[in-house]
Amino acid sequence: MLLRHTTDKIVERHALTVNPAKTCQPIGAMYASLGIRGCIPHSHGSQGCYAYHRSTLTRHYKEPVIAATSSFTEGSSVFGGQANLIQAIDNLFTIYSPEVIAVHTTCLSETIGDDIPQIVKKAEAEGKIPKGKYIIHTNTPSYVGSHVTGFSNMTKSMVDYLSQGNGHKEKCINIIPGFVEPSDMEEIKRITSELGIKSIVFPDTSNVLNGPMTGKYKMFPKGGVTVEDLKKTGCSIGTLALGRLASGAAARALDTKCKVPCELLDLPIGLEATDTFIDTLRQVAGVHVPDSINIERGQLLDIICDMHQYFYGKKVGLVGDPDQLISLSKFLISIDMWPVHIVTGTPGKKFEKRIREITKDSPYKVNVKQSGDMFLFHQWIKNEPVDLLIGNTYVKYIARDEDIPFVRFGFPILDRVGHSFFPTVGYRGGMRLLEKILDALLDRKDRDSSETEFELVM
Amino acid sequence: MTAIHILKEREKQIYEKGSQPFDLTCDKHSIAGSISQRACVFCGSRVVLYPIADALHLVHGPIGCAAYTWDIRGALSSGPQLHRFSFSTDLKEKDVIFGGEKKLYQALNTLIDTYSPKAAFVYATCIVGIIGDDVDSICKKMSKEKGIPVLPVHSEGFKGTKKDGYKAACEALFKLVGQGSINHDSETSKFRINILGEFNIGGEAWIIKNYYEKIGVQVVSVMTGDSRIDDIKSAHEASLNVVQCSGSMTTLAKMMKEKYDIPFIRVSYFGIEDVSKALYDVSAHFKDNPQILENTKKLVSSEIQNIYPELQKIKKALFGKKAAIYVGGAFKAFSLIKALRLIGMDVVLVGSQTGDQDDYKMLKELCDDGTVIVDDANPLELSKYIVEKKADLVIGGVKERPIAYKMGIGFCDHNHERKIPLAGFIGMLNFAKEVYATVMSPVWKFAPRHL
Ligand code: SF4
Ligand code: SF4
Repeated sequence: MLLRHTTDKIVERHALTVNPAKTCQPIGAMYASLGIRGCIPHSHGSQGCYAYHRSTLTRHYKEPVIAATSSFTEGSSVFGGQANLIQAIDNLFTIYSPEVIAVHTTCLSETIGDDIPQIVKKAEAEGKIPKGKYIIHTNTPSYVGSHVTGFSNMTKSMVDYLSQGNGHKEKCINIIPGFVEPSDMEEIKRITSELGIKSIVFPDTSNVLNGPMTGKYKMFPKGGVTVEDLKKTGCSIGTLALGRLASGAAARALDTKCKVPCELLDLPIGLEATDTFIDTLRQVAGVHVPDSINIERGQLLDIICDMHQYFYGKKVGLVGDPDQLISLSKFLISIDMWPVHIVTGTPGKKFEKRIREITKDSPYKVNVKQSGDMFLFHQWIKNEPVDLLIGNTYVKYIARDEDIPFVRFGFPILDRVGHSFFPTVGYRGGMRLLEKILDALLDRKDRDSSETEFELVM
Repeated sequence: MTAIHILKEREKQIYEKGSQPFDLTCDKHSIAGSISQRACVFCGSRVVLYPIADALHLVHGPIGCAAYTWDIRGALSSGPQLHRFSFSTDLKEKDVIFGGEKKLYQALNTLIDTYSPKAAFVYATCIVGIIGDDVDSICKKMSKEKGIPVLPVHSEGFKGTKKDGYKAACEALFKLVGQGSINHDSETSKFRINILGEFNIGGEAWIIKNYYEKIGVQVVSVMTGDSRIDDIKSAHEASLNVVQCSGSMTTLAKMMKEKYDIPFIRVSYFGIEDVSKALYDVSAHFKDNPQILENTKKLVSSEIQNIYPELQKIKKALFGKKAAIYVGGAFKAFSLIKALRLIGMDVVLVGSQTGDQDDYKMLKELCDDGTVIVDDANPLELSKYIVEKKADLVIGGVKERPIAYKMGIGFCDHNHERKIPLAGFIGMLNFAKEVYATVMSPVWKFAPRHL
């Protein structure tokens, strides 16, 4: 019992978070920046935060993660970090020659109030930014929001700094995929091209954080959205933002800046949300859905039919990011499973409202909390056990202590592979999710059933 | 050869033995814009204190600092598991403006009432230093109200390097020492030591403790692997401090020398040579009890006999293979070089994040000609030398692992991600097996390398 100190009596806590279900803004910004080709994410603050962000991303993706830091000292925290950032810009362009430096702040540089655009201007005036190279920036104080907010902020900055409209429209659709895995971004691109649509997906970490083994360490892998393409986003006929929280801000900014109309959709996790995604793509681009996609849909449906008896009435506990949890809850309910405890660490009142709507027909009492933590989640489970847990790696403590089947999903996953290679979005992603859920449930059934109940065929 | 630029400012932090007179610069703050592999003060304090299992560890700051350090080291406990929780005041914008003192007070109040810990550590992170919360006075107040030590750990990240964090941790520990007493009723020996700088990753502290028990030496406290507050409080009743991770714990050893006149020795429990030496050094300290030396001889020879045949087999297979070492503390590197030699491997690169002049001089003495020595390296430099020197193995931490694998080279973790103990004689065998498995892995036959 590793979490033996978890009490089952639930008391209101205001001053204390125990076992967080979120982390801080800069890591989200760093992840988004890695989705630009030839980009070095730069953390403006002290070294520690940056080291933690890099380590956590490295552990989750099992890939080299580059980023740089302003390496604040006590001096910089008193006099400001201008000198550090200018020196950093100079050094980075001279030594590593990136296309873009994407600067984000940390709690420290935010609190002392460094003005990044002004510093960047100064660097430019001093000739520290080579021609044709870019610096973009976003503010990511971690006492606001969570890693999802950081992702959203950096994605919006890509639009603010780089998107350009030139009056006429290309037959191309922008897709902002949300805070999802590189594999998901790849799958979104595949589906789009299957429909015959030209698209710009940004950020795009596929081939950056799920690259092949080549025998060589490459600082800038060949993946990522190019600056060229980011500029062209202003000339696309429309934008689909997947996940309101992670992608909404950038999509709206693009609409305001370059008059590219946007649709805000749920992340395409599960049958219904994927239907909506594909249908919207079809309408915006004016294309037909090809057979290949219909076949995939049918296959997903087929699995649900074949195995639906094992889903029926199962209670599930979910921890994760808001955008993911909304689609996931809908998906689970559509296959007759019931999310009963749902926690996200990310703040945002709308989340609770959305989940309440989605679960309104639930036969069980549903616990939802935004800005919650895993301690509370565990307490809920102690009071009302569930049949399945879905969440990031940290959930494994609860799964073990309470002996509940567990499917890893979300961020971070530090102890398994697969998430960066196999998508959970789209119909195929849905098939993978179901496979994982079934494996967990049926392995448990095989383990627990008595000799008389043990079956060969399921 | 890969053509890369080395930052001008960094040129003096890289040295190739035999090629130039030794003049390595280190102990420098990393340059802004370099892609350093280093961490912060808080990181240093957290890793030292975290394994104390019956204490409360509250991170006072915004959520990230706590989230990233939640059970990251997997230091094992034989009893309570309070250290595996992540407690944070999770400061918000409002707190940054109006101060987080009230929150800290409330959080401590709730936690101490709920868990009745033996002590509480409050880690002050960057933001707390900037907004100026009076953490000391709150801790003092809490101590009084609750009757347990509530210790502030000043680990504001920007105030220095990981080393300063070690120092802050030592200062907190030192406040505990001398507050308690071991049980004197029983026939306890006067041959008592503290083990310093051992964190019980993969149960290493248990292996070492077991050796000491076998040779007849009593361990008063381990700092801080599988540690208990009461043991630390009695640490002043030991007559010798045996310091392993000297980078982190020498400060405490020095403080205890000064106040309690307890001498200390530096040891390493890694590699046959060093672990034997550690045990002999301790028995030499207790020379008025010849039995301890006798026991040590017996223990060392039987332990070596146990693992020797298998080590020889591995050595044959690995003979002449090349290793690159990049670790946190330089002291670790010394033992690694010796251990690698024992299994037939050559060290072609060695670097650390936090070594000082003396460490690097010693490294230079230990290394063969042609070995590259680096301080505070970045991934490009590392990959460049790995290619140039044709390494077959990289020994490093989290961030080096994927770099090695991408290049088609074996990897052994010698930092946070360890699961199998490397300490002691059995640890040497574990290490050899792990190195063998990764260097000789069939996967490299299919993998491109150094394209
Ligand atoms: S905020 Fe400061 S203490 Fe926290 S991780 Fe960053 S550098 Fe370290
Ligand atoms: S919460 Fe703030 S201070 Fe802590 S790691 Fe994140 S950015 Fe750094």
